[in-house]
Amino acid sequence: MTLEIKTATLDSVRNTFAHIERRFGDKPATRYQEATYDVQSENYFHYRPLWQPEKELNDPSRTAIKMEDWYAFRDPRQMYYGTYVQQRAKMQEVAENNYSFFEKRSLINHLSDEVKAKLIRYLVPLRHMEQAANLNNMYASSYGYGTAITQACLFNGMDRLGVAQYLSRIGLILDGNSGDALTEAKLFWMKDELWQGLRACAEEMTVTEDWFEVLIAQDVVADSLIYDLYYHQFDAWLQDNQAQDVGMLTEFMQVWSKESNRWVDAVLKTAAAESDENKALLEQWIMKWKTKLMQSLEAISAEMLGGDALRAAEAVLNKRLAKAGLFK
Amino acid sequence: MSKVYIALQDNDESRYIVAAIEDDNPDATVIYMPAMIRIENEGSLTIKRESVEEQMGRDWDVQELHINLITLGGNVDEDDDALSLHWNE
Repeated sequence: MTLEIKTATLDSVRNTFAHIERRFGDKPATRYQEATYDVQSENYFHYRPLWQPEKELNDPSRTAIKMEDWYAFRDPRQMYYGTYVQQRAKMQEVAENNYSFFEKRSLINHLSDEVKAKLIRYLVPLRHMEQAANLNNMYASSYGYGTAITQACLFNGMDRLGVAQYLSRIGLILDGNSGDALTEAKLFWMKDELWQGLRACAEEMTVTEDWFEVLIAQDVVADSLIYDLYYHQFDAWLQDNQAQDVGMLTEFMQVWSKESNRWVDAVLKTAAAESDENKALLEQWIMKWKTKLMQSLEAISAEMLGGDALRAAEAVLNKRLAKAGLFK
Repeated sequence: MSKVYIALQDNDESRYIVAAIEDDNPDATVIYMPAMIRIENEGSLTIKRESVEEQMGRDWDVQELHINLITLGGNVDEDDDALSLHWNE
C-alpha cells in the first residue's frame, strides 16, 4: 500500500476586523491596532450623562484641542493591555530584585545621616506628587477622547501609583519599617514652606477642567522638570556623595521616564502638528504651567542641588519642546 | 546570481521585523506560507536594528531575531546594528 501525503493550505477568510481594514487596508493587523483603533463608542448613546447633560458620554469637546482624527495619537511604544502588563511585570521583577538586594545586604548602613535626612526631606515627599500625577492621568483617561490616547493615560496613571509605592518603600527602608519617615515626609509636604508651591500646583492641576491641559501640565511640564531634577541631577549628587546605592531604588523611575517620555513627546508632536490653533493653545498652556512650576521648584532645587539645577532642567524641557515643533 | 533568503515564524513579533525588512529592501519578495514568512532577494538582504526598533516601538537586540528564525540562506554578516545576508562569490 502506498501512502500519499498531501498538504493543504488554508487561507484565513479575512485578515482583520472591517474597521481596522478601513484604516490600514486588507492585510494582517497588529494586536496594537486591533486593541486600539476605533474601540471607543462614538455614537448611538442611549442617554446623556446626568452630570453634564450638554455633552455626550464620550465627547471630543471636553478639551479645547481639536483633532480631525483622535486616533492620530499613536503610541510609539504600541502598548495595549497585554504588552503593557508584560512590560511592567518585567520591570517590576528587576525592581523587586534590587529592593531585596538592598535590604538583604543592609546597604542602608552605608548612607550617612546627611544623605538619609536629605532623602526624607526631598525625595520621599515626592510620593504625594506622584499621587497627584496618578489622579491627573486618570482624569485624562476618563474624560479624554479616543482609545489611542486614553489607554496610554490609564497606563501612565497606574505607573505613577507604582512609582509612589516605590518612593514609600524607600521611606520605609530609611526608617526601618516604622513609618516615621513617611509621617515626617508628609509633614514636609503639608506644612513646610519649601513644598507649598509644588503642593499648590498639584492641587490646581487636579481642579483644572480641560483634560488635555492637565495632561500637558503634568506629563510634559511637571514631569520633565521634576524627573530631570531628581533622577538625573539628584542621582548624580548621590553618586558624588557615596550614596550611589540609592540608585538601585530609583532605577525603576529612571527607566520608566525614559520610556514614557517617548509617548509624551509623540502626543505633543501630533497635537502641535495638527493645526496652528492647537499649537498656539499648547504653547499658552506650557508657558502658564512652566512659570508656575518653575517658581514652585525654585527653592526645592536650590536647596537640594544648588542654584543652576533648575536652569539645567529647564534646558532639558525646552529641548523636548523644540523637538516637538513648539516655540519656533 | 542566486537568491538569499530568510524565513521567520508568522507571529506578532515577526510582523514588525518583516515590515522593517520590506522598508529597507524594497526589491525583496515576501512570501506568506502557512505559519511561516519567507523573504527572498536577489544579491543581498539586510535587517537593521534601527528600523525594527522603530516598527516595534522598543529596544531590540539583533540576536532576538533567532527567537523567530526558521532558516536562512546566504553568508551572514552580523554586528550590533544589523544582520545582512549575501553570497560570497
